[in-house]
Amino acid sequence: MATIRVELPQHLRTLAHVGREIQLEVESPVTQRTVLDALEARYPMLRGTIRDHGTLQRRAFLRFFACEEDLSHEAPDAPLPEAVASGKEPFLIVGAIAGG
Amino acid sequence: MSKVRVLVGTKKGAFILTADGKRQNWDVSGPHFAGWELYHLKGSPADPNRIYASQTSGWFGQVIQRSDDGGKTWHQPGTPPGEPVAPGPPKTVSNKFAYDAAAAPLTTHQWYDGTQHPWEFKRVWHLEPSLTDPNTVYAGVEDAALFRSTDGGENWHELPGLRGHGTGPKWQPGAGGMCLHTVILDPSNPDRIYIAISAAGAFRTDDGGKSWKPINKGLYSKYIPNPTAEIGHCVHHIAMNPTRPGVLFMQKHWDVMRSDNAGDQWIKISGNLPTDFGFVIDIHSHEPETIYVIPIKSDGEHFVHEGKLRVYRSRTGGNEWEALTKGLPQENCYVNVLRDAMAVDTLDKCGIYFGTSGGQVYCSADAGDSWNPIVRDLPAVLSVEVQTLA
Repeated sequence: MATIRVELPQHLRTLAHVGREIQLEVESPVTQRTVLDALEARYPMLRGTIRDHGTLQRRAFLRFFACEEDLSHEAPDAPLPEAVASGKEPFLIVGAIAGG
Repeated sequence: MSKVRVLVGTKKGAFILTADGKRQNWDVSGPHFAGWELYHLKGSPADPNRIYASQTSGWFGQVIQRSDDGGKTWHQPGTPPGEPVAPGPPKTVSNKFAYDAAAAPLTTHQWYDGTQHPWEFKRVWHLEPSLTDPNTVYAGVEDAALFRSTDGGENWHELPGLRGHGTGPKWQPGAGGMCLHTVILDPSNPDRIYIAISAAGAFRTDDGGKSWKPINKGLYSKYIPNPTAEIGHCVHHIAMNPTRPGVLFMQKHWDVMRSDNAGDQWIKISGNLPTDFGFVIDIHSHEPETIYVIPIKSDGEHFVHEGKLRVYRSRTGGNEWEALTKGLPQENCYVNVLRDAMAVDTLDKCGIYFGTSGGQVYCSADAGDSWNPIVRDLPAVLSVEVQTLA
């Protein structure tokens, strides 16, 4: 079990009643899917806001960044960088630059 | 003394405007859900403190909000604020609108260019609470379908008979998308519901939503190959006075229409309107032949005609219209008024309310004779509903 740091965009922080960064316990392997599964399990009000209910595809106007890299188009089951898995760096969920 | 509560949805949040029965001095609360598009808010007739809201975003998708205290506090149904969240999968998913493809296979619909396009959920346009049960509420969505919740918005199930009518491939989006925007519950017959879709037309069920009948006879639309076709009309809004549930008034893309037989046949009542394009239409609460529209210049120029914001009133059920201008800007005004952005209260005299794309919400406390802005500078208004409170 790893402790992962996740940063949410402002509107999702409001929905989940949390601050900028939250910490999640995530089962290994640490991937986009396991992080998002843990996030939605703890904050069910976020279901459907980051990825589609049915397909679990990332919503088109959201991006996933970490370690100064764009991970948005990585496979959901690909391991996240070690720095994310170790809690050194946060996993960033970011609204597209158009704002919102 | 009676009070009114006006629920305003805007492009960047919701606002709640309250006043006593004089409707002169207003309290404004909001923005609620700041930054989100609030397509519609509506209170339950059975419990006025129960309010449902459609909160939506191109970034984050659909969220349903509910208030049980008249809009003071809100929560997503199934996730009460402050309550610890149990580990494991959530029991409810209040923002999940899954088409019932098992009951009605997902077809395609017509795209703007005439090709076929996949059916995809985008947002909730309209929430219509049951007349008798605070926990039952209908949702009209884009891409067009009708959903219902019977547990206070915690879970939603499609009424698939509508989308399964078989004409889906002929439905097409209007400028705002292919939306089911009007839901009218018949107070005299719980099995009868009217809905309208841009651009498919109006439909009626007489069996509680199992089967649906297009009710578009008499409509004429030049933008479809057969202007009198059964399907394809861009109905913008329909209004019904609950004391006369068989009489309907419609603002179509162009044309103002009425039906005296529950939609079986429509007749044009545009009469002397300066233009009969528009979005809103509503009916005086106590005078069922008194109706209100706000003419918009054209489908290519979505602002009021001649730079003047004028509400038109007919006291004859149509055809003969008078311009109501007192208190409304009569020069250099180029706002639009969207389909769900007009409402009437049930006080005597009847109050009329509407909101504009310029962020003004106007109130007339004398059935339209004179108008005052409640607020002038909100974000663009998407919807206006009013609750008359004892």
